[in-house]
Amino acid sequence: MNATPQTLAQKLIARAAGRSQVAVGEIVTCRVDLAMFHDSSGPRRLKPMLEELGAQIWDTSKVVLVLDHYVSTGDTDAQKIVELTRHTARQWKLPHVIDSEGICHVVLPERGHLHPGMLCVGGDSHSPTGGAFGCYMFGIGATEMLGVCVTGEIWVQVPRTLRMQWQGTLQRGVCAKDMMLHTIARLGMNGGQYQAVEFAGPGVTALSMPERMTLSNMSAELGAQAGLIAADATTVDYLRATGVAPEHLQDVSNWSSDEGADCELHGFDASTLPPQVAAPHSPANTRAVADFANVTPGIAYIGACTGAKLEDLRAAASVLKGRHVAAGVQLLVAPASAREQQQAEREGVMQILRDAGASVLGNSCGACAGYGASFSAGATVISSTARNFKGRMGPASVDVYLASPYTVAASALRGRITDPREVLA
Amino acid sequence: MSAAAHEGEGSSSSARVWRVGADIDTDVLAPGAYMKHGIEVIAQHCLQAVRPDFAAGVQAGDVIAAGANFGIGSSREQAAGALRHLGVAAVIAPSFSGLFFRNAFNLGLLLLTCPQAGELQEGEAVQLLLQPEGPQLLRANGQQLACAPIPGFLMDMVQAGGLLALLKQRNRSATHGV
Repeated sequence: MNATPQTLAQKLIARAAGRSQVAVGEIVTCRVDLAMFHDSSGPRRLKPMLEELGAQIWDTSKVVLVLDHYVSTGDTDAQKIVELTRHTARQWKLPHVIDSEGICHVVLPERGHLHPGMLCVGGDSHSPTGGAFGCYMFGIGATEMLGVCVTGEIWVQVPRTLRMQWQGTLQRGVCAKDMMLHTIARLGMNGGQYQAVEFAGPGVTALSMPERMTLSNMSAELGAQAGLIAADATTVDYLRATGVAPEHLQDVSNWSSDEGADCELHGFDASTLPPQVAAPHSPANTRAVADFANVTPGIAYIGACTGAKLEDLRAAASVLKGRHVAAGVQLLVAPASAREQQQAEREGVMQILRDAGASVLGNSCGACAGYGASFSAGATVISSTARNFKGRMGPASVDVYLASPYTVAASALRGRITDPREVLA
Repeated sequence: MSAAAHEGEGSSSSARVWRVGADIDTDVLAPGAYMKHGIEVIAQHCLQAVRPDFAAGVQAGDVIAAGANFGIGSSREQAAGALRHLGVAAVIAPSFSGLFFRNAFNLGLLLLTCPQAGELQEGEAVQLLLQPEGPQLLRANGQQLACAPIPGFLMDMVQAGGLLALLKQRNRSATHGV
C-alpha cells in the first residue's frame, strides 16, 4: 500500500496518536508531550477541580507553569491569585515554574521546552506560537486542561492545512506582524476555520525565529487551531542555543509536509507588502499604513508575546535611535521576557528606547490581556499587540490601532501614524 | 451552575431567542477587567458591551442566535461558563471559534452550527430537537432549521453537564467496578 503524502500537521498528530498516518477529518486521541498553563488559566482553576476529582497531575515533568498575567498589576485581588499560584506550584512540586520572568509563549521556547515533533497544549489562546518550532501546539480552556492533567491525553480532529506561501522577501521596515495583519484582512478573523495553517516559502524561511513566532502566534487571530512552520537550520540553531538536547534536533527535516500533500494554497508576495495597520476594533480591519496618516495616537505601546520580543525591540530601536518621541506621545515598552530584555540591554537597544522617552514596564502580559493595567477612557493607542477588540485594553472608548513595532515607533516619533520606511535611516 | 434546558437525545424544549451580531468575542462574553473574579461576577457582565439588558434579563432555557464567528479571541472558558451560569440552553450560529467550541462542550454548553441562524427573530420561541442525525430547530411558524451533526462524545459531555461531571461519573464507575 502506498502511503498518502501527509502534511506536517498530519505527521505531528499521527505521531502523538501512535499511528503511521491519519486522515483529514478523523477524530483521534493524542498523547500530550507538554502542557503549559499560566496564573490565570492554571492552578486557581485546576486545583479545585483536581480536588473535586481526587486526581493528580499525570506527569509533572511535562507541565510548565508561567506566572505572567497577574504579575506586576499591583492589585490586591491579582496578588491573591499570584500567591495561590505559587503556593499550589510548591504543593504540586512542579519542576518547571517560570515566575515573573516573561510571557508564557516566549519563555517556553527560550527555556528549551519545545522542539520539533511535539504535540503540546497551552492554557492560552496564543499557544499556536509553539508551531514556529515545528510543534503541533494549540490553546485550550481550563476544564479541558483538567482533562489533560488527569489523562495525559487530548482529542484532535485532524485538520486540513491552509498553506500560506510567501514569495519574495520583505522590504526593510516591514516584518512578520505586517504579514499577519495582511493575511487576517484577506482571510478574516475566522478564516483559519480551526484548521492548521502552515507558513512556507522564501518570505518565511528568510525570517528569524522570533519573527516566525509572530506568524504562528497570530494564527490565533486567524482562528486556526495551529500555525506551523517546518523546522530548518534556523530552528535548529535557535533551539541548540536554548539547551535542547541534541537527540531532539536530529532529522528535523522529517517535520515538514510531504511533496504533494493535499492542502489549500494561499499565495502572497512579501516584496511588495507595505506596512499594515488594523483599525479599531478588529485585527481583520487592516489596510496599508498610508490610509491612517490623519490618526494621532497619544499612546504608543510595544508589548506582548506578539510584539515585544527581542526582534521587536530591535525594530523599534532602529527607528528611534538618536531621536525622541513627539510631544504629547507616551511610549510604553513592556519587553516580552526578562532574558530578551537583558540581551536588548547588552545591545544598547533598551538605552536607545529610554533615550527616546520610553517608559519600560514589567515582563508580563500587561495591558494586552486587559486584566489590570489598561488604558484610560478616550485614549487613542497604536500597539504592537495582537487584538484590538472593543473594551479589551481599557474602556470601550479606547481606540486601539494594531501595527508592527517599526510602525508603532515611527508613529510615536511623528505623533501620527507613520510609514516606518519614511523615517528609517 | 444552572441546569440546561435540554434533557436528552430526542427530547425537545422551548426556548426564547436573544439575538446578537457577528464576531462576538470572548472579551465581550467575559470582560478582562472581571476575570480575576468568580463566574458569578463575570456572568453579570456577560455581553454587556452589545446587549446591556442580557445578563439581568436572560432566563434559564433561553438561547442565543448569533452571527458568524461566535466566541473568537481568548481561551478563557469563562466566556462559555458565563452563558452556562446564566442558564443559556444553547448558542445557535453559522460558525464558532474552534477554541470556544471545545470550551463550550467541556462546560456542558450546547452549540448548534446552523447556516440559517440569522433568520431567528429576537424574542421568538423555538424548540430544540436533539436527534441523532443532527439537531434541529423548530420555529413557531413550523419551519425546521437543520444544524450540523455533533459527534456523540460531545453530546455525552453536554448531557453529563461537562467534562468535569463526566470524569466524576467515570471515577464512580471505576470505583464500583462497572
